[in-house]
This record gives sequence, C-alpha cells and structure tokens, in this order.
Amino acid sequence: MSAAGPRYDTIIVGGGHNGLVCAAYLARGGRSVLVLEAASQVGGAAVTREFAPGFKVSACAHLLHLMPPVLMRELDLETLGLKLAAADLPSTALGTDGAHLALGVDAPSALAAHSPADAAAYADWQALLSRLAAALHPVLSATPPRLGTEAWRDQAALLSLGWRLRRLGRSDLRELLRIGGMCVHDLLEDRFRLPLLKGALALDAVLGTNYGPRSPGTVLTLLYRAAAAPGAARLAQPLGGLGALSEALARSAVSAGAEVRTDAVVERILVREDRAAGVRLASGEEIASQTVVSSADPKTTFLRLLGCEHLDAGFVRRVSQLRSRGLTAKLHLALSQLPEFPGLTPAALRGRLLVAPSPDYIERAYNHAKYNEVSSAPMLEVTIPTLADPSLAPGGRHVMSVIVQYAPYVLAGAGGWPGQRQPFADLVIDTLARYAPGLGDCVISSELLAPPDIEREFRISGGHWHHAELALDQFFMVRPVPGATQYRSPLPGLFLCGAGCHPGGGVMGLAGRNAAQALIREAA
Amino acid sequence: MLTESEPHYRQPLLKTPFHERARALSQLDSFIPWSGYTTVDVFTSVEQEYFAVRNASSLYDLTPMVKYRIAGADALRFLNRLTTRDLGKLRPGRVAYTVWCNDEGHLIDDGTVFCLGPNEYRLCTAERQLDWLRASAIGFDVEIREVTEEIAALAVQGPTSCKLLKTAGVQGVERLKPFEHGAFAMPHSSGPPVSLLVSRTGFTGDLGYELWMSPADAEPVWDALMEVGRTRAVRPIGSRALNIARIEAGFLLPRLDFVSAAHTLYLGTERSPLELGLAWLVDFGKGHFTGRRALLAEAARGPRHQLVGLDVAGQKPAHNALLYTARSGRKEVGSVTSAAWSPTCKRNIALAMVDAACSTIGSTLWADIYLNRELVWERRMVAARVVERPFYAPARRRATPPADF
Repeated sequence: MSAAGPRYDTIIVGGGHNGLVCAAYLARGGRSVLVLEAASQVGGAAVTREFAPGFKVSACAHLLHLMPPVLMRELDLETLGLKLAAADLPSTALGTDGAHLALGVDAPSALAAHSPADAAAYADWQALLSRLAAALHPVLSATPPRLGTEAWRDQAALLSLGWRLRRLGRSDLRELLRIGGMCVHDLLEDRFRLPLLKGALALDAVLGTNYGPRSPGTVLTLLYRAAAAPGAARLAQPLGGLGALSEALARSAVSAGAEVRTDAVVERILVREDRAAGVRLASGEEIASQTVVSSADPKTTFLRLLGCEHLDAGFVRRVSQLRSRGLTAKLHLALSQLPEFPGLTPAALRGRLLVAPSPDYIERAYNHAKYNEVSSAPMLEVTIPTLADPSLAPGGRHVMSVIVQYAPYVLAGAGGWPGQRQPFADLVIDTLARYAPGLGDCVISSELLAPPDIEREFRISGGHWHHAELALDQFFMVRPVPGATQYRSPLPGLFLCGAGCHPGGGVMGLAGRNAAQALIREAA
Repeated sequence: MLTESEPHYRQPLLKTPFHERARALSQLDSFIPWSGYTTVDVFTSVEQEYFAVRNASSLYDLTPMVKYRIAGADALRFLNRLTTRDLGKLRPGRVAYTVWCNDEGHLIDDGTVFCLGPNEYRLCTAERQLDWLRASAIGFDVEIREVTEEIAALAVQGPTSCKLLKTAGVQGVERLKPFEHGAFAMPHSSGPPVSLLVSRTGFTGDLGYELWMSPADAEPVWDALMEVGRTRAVRPIGSRALNIARIEAGFLLPRLDFVSAAHTLYLGTERSPLELGLAWLVDFGKGHFTGRRALLAEAARGPRHQLVGLDVAGQKPAHNALLYTARSGRKEVGSVTSAAWSPTCKRNIALAMVDAACSTIGSTLWADIYLNRELVWERRMVAARVVERPFYAPARRRATPPADF
C-alpha cells in the first residue's frame, strides 16, 4: 500500500452481471472501482460462448426477463449497444400429438379453445398475480430491513412494506396470506383443470430451485418470479446472447469510470486490522482498496476467499449450512437444421418451449432428485436462439438451449456425473424427440452442464443459479444468512452484491443495484 | 463404566474408575450426578473435608471433567480462534485457563488447555462442547475427539499435597511450577509403576496437583495415596467441600455463577467474560477469535453487569439473596450467585452478579437473606460490602518448590 492510500475505493470480486451492475452504480456514485473477473470474458453466468465449432450459446442463463427496465435505463444499456433480438417471447406448453398450449400475451384466447373455465381462471390469476407483483416488486428493489433495530431506515422499510400490503385491499391481502405458504401444486389444483396449463405454471415455480410442485414454498418462488418482472413477463433474447448484456453492463461501468479486468482470479480477500483491505490474485499480485464487494456466492466469499479464521464460528456454521446445491442442468445442442415440431407455429418456435405436461410429471421428475438420481423423464425449458439471432451458428444451422431439471449435484451410483453425463444428454434428446421426431438426426454436437460443471465453469459453489436456495429461511431479511444481510458482512469493509443476497439471482441485477445503493448510503 | 450385566437404562449414571473406592469410604452415601457420572457430594462431613483441603491433603475425583483431544496441523490456529486467550504463547508442558464465547461475545464455557506437544492439546471443560467445537473446526485441519472416559483424573489439593506425592514416590513433582504439567511415574505394590500426567492446577486456590491417568491405574493410584496419607490426615472429599474452597478462591462454576450461552433460553441472561471479571483472559491483540467484534463493542460501551465478591455481615450465607442499593430494598441491582461461610477467612463471603454501576470496590449493597429457624422463616436485610477477589490466596499456592512437611 502506498503512502497515498489504496488506488481504488472499491474492488468488486467477480464480473458477473450483479458485480458489473454494482460497479456501474458505484462508479456513477463517484467511487473508483475495479472489477476483477476470473474468466476471460465478463458475465459470469450471463455469458455467450462457443460450445461447438461455430456454435455459440448463452451458456447458463438463456433468457432475459427479470432485469427491471429502470435498471437498464439508468445504466444506458441501450445506448451502449444492447439490442434485443426478440422481445415478448411467447411460451408454449408442449403437448402430445401436436396439441400444444400457447401461453403468454394472448393466452386467454388460446386457452378458451381448450377450456373456457380455465381461460377465465387464468385471466383472474394473471390479474391477481400482477396486482401482487406490483405490491411486492418494491420489496425486491430495496435493502431488506432488519427486525429489532432502532434504525429509522429499518423501521421505515417495515412500515412501507406493511402499507403496501395493506393497500392491496382485504380480499387480495387475504389471498396472499392464504397462498403465500402453499405449494404450487395445491394452488394450481384449486384454480385450473388443464394438466398442460398447470404443468407450465408449475414449471415457472420450480425452475432453478430444489423443489417439486408439492414442495412448500413454491408459491413463494412463483410470486418472486412475478414480482421481479411485474406486468406481463417480458421474455427477451439479447442480440448476441446474454453475454451481450454483460458486455453492455461492463461498458456502462467503464464509461462511468470503473476498471474491469478479466483473467484476474481472486484468491484471497486481504484483511488488515480486522478490515477488508484488498485482494490477492492467484498470480500473487495484491491490490489494495478501502472496501471489497464480493459478487461471488456466500460460501466462496466467506469460506474460501476470506477464510474462517476471520469469522466467528456460529456465522461460519450458518454459511456452511446454506443450502446451495443446484438441481438444474443445461444442455446445448448444435443442430444441422431446424427440427420440425409438429403443431408449433413459427412464432411459438421462437419462444420458450416447455416440457412439463402436468404437475405430477414434474413431481415424478423431482422424486429422483431426492435420492440423488437424475430424472428419468425430465422437465425442460427449451429455446432455439438462432431463430431470432442467426449470428450464433453457421449459416442455416441452429442452436438449441435447454434447461433441464432435475439433475442433482451429487449423483448416487458408480461413476457419478462423468459416467452419466452422456446417457442423461441422450435422455433429454429422446424426451424432446417426442415433440420433434427428427431431432436426434439434427444433432451435430452436444454439451451438458451438470451442477458440478456449472460450479466449475461459473465458480458458483454448489452450482446453484441463485447461489443460495430460494427458501423462506434464506429469503428477504435473512438472505443469505443472519449476520450477512443488508449486503454487509461481519468483517468491516467487506460487502456482498451477488445472487446470494436479496433478492436473488436470475439475471435481475437488483442485488448489485441494491448493494451499490447501500454502500453509497453507508459512506454518506 | 457400563457393564454387560446391567443395561444402560438401569444405570443411567456412569461410574468413575474411582467409584468403588469412593463408595467404600462414603459414610453418608451422598452421591450427585455430574456430567453423566455419579460422584460423591459428601463423604463424612463437609467441614472435615474442607479442612483437609486447607490444612492437609484432599483427594477429589474429577474424572467427569469433560476432556477433548485436539490435534492436527491447525490445532493452535483452531484454539486461538476458539478461545479468548493467545495460546500461541503456550509451550508444551504448560496449561492455560481460558474461556470461549459465541458470536455475540457471550460466555459458553471456561476450561483449561494442556499443551501436550506441537499442535497437540487437551481441552478440559465443565460441560460437553463437541457441537460447538465441531462448528469451530469448519475450515481448520484439526481432529477433535472426546476422551473423557479414557482418562481418569484425581485432584490432590492442600498444603501437604506435594509432600504426599513425593512420599508416594512421584519423584520431581516439587519442580512443577503453577500451570505446568509433566509425565511422572508412581510406584505401587501390585505391579510396575503407574505412569501419570501431573499438572499443577486445581480448583481450590491452594497448593495442589491434578493427576491424569489410564482408568486401569485409577485404583492403584488411589490406594497408594491413601496408604501414604494414612498418617497425614489425607481425606477424599466431595463436591460440597470443594465448593467452599472454590468460592474462597473466587473461581466460577457454570450453572451457578453464569449460565452457558449454549444453554440460556431467556434473552439477556447470557454473560460475557467482561461481565464475569475475566477481561484479563481476553486478548484483543492476538487476531480474530469468535466473539471478538462483539466483545470490542461491549468493551467500548461498557459491560452491563459485573461479577463481584461480597463480604456479607453476619454469619449466615447469603444463598440466592437479592441485592439492593439501600436497606429499604427498593432498588434491586442483582443477586448472589454463590455464598458460603469461609472457615479460613472467618468471613461470610459471596459471589454476586450486580449492575455494573454498583460494582465499585468498597461500595455497600444490601442482601435480603431468608433464614429458616426451625421452620419459622426470618428475613434479614444485611450489609454486603463489595470486596476484592479472591477471598483467600495463600502464598503457598505459587511457591516452588512447595514447603516440605
């Protein structure tokens, strides 16, 4: 450290979307910021990369729908080159024999053909969901309060939450309290009849989680997803994949004065006189700063980068017991040509295709995961990004990107993932071939990322999208663990801004934005 | 020890390796449970046993003391993060008294750490700690094993304890300084000499030693000491007599003087080492340890309570007495945690937890004492002066070599 003090006010560990968002806001707030990304390109789990010669894909997250428009506006992403290849993408629940169910903007009319009762119920549900989402959205875009403190900010936040809920009115509030702790299976049984509709809605509740539709807390995750993107879910696909979003975020940070370094693996958070004092890179280089903000997951941040000796034992136990094992795999297929999906319109094909024929189908798929087995009939979310963005593959060829559930982090049986990766990829292709009979012949190359692969490639301990399971006991005021809430940590000068913080992951960027705002407030 | 003839549910309390000897000498058949073992409360009379501690030698079975073996490449780092003292200064052959806290800086337990070699330690505690030790071991290369049942322990305390051990053939024991330990041999009639770990430690505030041995050697050691002690007024003692001695010495007993933060149910009943007068054990300069940040904050704002020693008027021990600022008994400021008539000091002494504002040495509090006079209860408000601890600290406890008798 030179006599003039550290060169940077803030070092951000990890150049994933939350790290970049945090950097962009901090730099706009006048901080000198350095972002250190271990990979060769920024983005973390929002990244576009080649998986077969000439074929590129959004390697982890593959759709943009949770990032609030206000954030994208504040960070000038459009000016900085972010273009959408497609927006307002429809979702289609794939049915057998071409009897698919279109969901999305014109869902009620499409539903009416199958079941007028469900069409009405769906319209009711969407209306309720958007009212609840509007009330809950501000909760996600602010630092959660703490209970039992004297701080006016905490009390104001609690009051405002109470006021917003009260303003829902008696009937909506009663419904929120009634369904809030339910499992999504029961909610859907109450309201709908069509298995295909229920399956598609259940998929949204359990996607990226460790839950089946009958698990408690799955209405919460559904509300969470809705609250993150209030109004109609605006599923979008950035031109150039999710990596293009990350690059725009990086440009936004750099244009505000932040520095972004790639290939900079942070090995240790340095501590001096019981304060975060900078980082040491794997190369041995030490960089000093007044504060360190980690967008890495809590386990990586505390147990690996900081080290248990700087933390109290009770806190370390809570962090190590954080539920953070992923159950979601990603399959990338390089296709020689577009496979035919009988019964699907070209517009539907550009959107999200869901293989979740019923809640029971998902629950059965989940059953295997409880015993560390892969699902024998997995639940799938499929996109063909090359339809809207041909630049991702050589001319005339296509890429299919599939989110696969359930694929446990630890596999029972001999060999574990190395032995089961290819059979599982084949199983997914076979499952899809029921809806696209010629798919198998189109596959030139495939890549399956199981949770351990996601852990390795994206440096997420446990390979969980959200860094920490979205569960009531790891949510909101207690996310990720008591002692590390409000983007703070037990160590002065060390802050968190990743998906492990409130409100969670899913290419939303709110954790990064909330953290930056909390830091700026702290200094004020 | 569990026996095959009796299933465990018929003998819920374990018997220590000294049990048969103790039972034979127990005139009152007064046994109490302690950490899962049955141990003697009183052998013959509390007073006789107490005076063995202060005037001759006493034998006290402390096998139920919970013992952990802590070893591994990170053993020292682990212990320094666990406890409040800097154990980096603890060399092999030394013992340290220390405490450990939870994240909030509240005391979990106190105990002694024996440094047996580089990165090999024994931790002796009042209560079982494995859960907390395991939590504290996350991220450290350390092996923790409870060895309570594998080690029999006998405290030999009193002014003639060194002479007693020497006479029993424990050569060189007089060279042990306070808080040192070493390997010794004790000859006995029915076989080869017994190997012992002897530490100059104890819970009486007097000259004394603690003998650590294999359970198989427990009876021969007991027999040898009782044999040479026959003409030296050696007595086995129970917990009641020890309790008087430890109050005189100002030592704390969990569950009486503080409740471990691992056991408290009500908020605000936990106590920090600063409140218990153990600030001297807290080394803020050694690096991080569990509870450090909370204790720093507490030190900055000042502890809320304070453990004090009291000299109570009259002769009736102020057991559990509530304490007030004035005789009127209007403003309550704490309560007595341990009380005894001190036969050696000839003072009515007590340990009490009081509001920090009332803890100044020399200030007077009022103790509300209830007396049972043949089932007629009397209430007395008596003056209790805050005094220095320990109440009794003879120079012989530190003298090396100890005086020969």
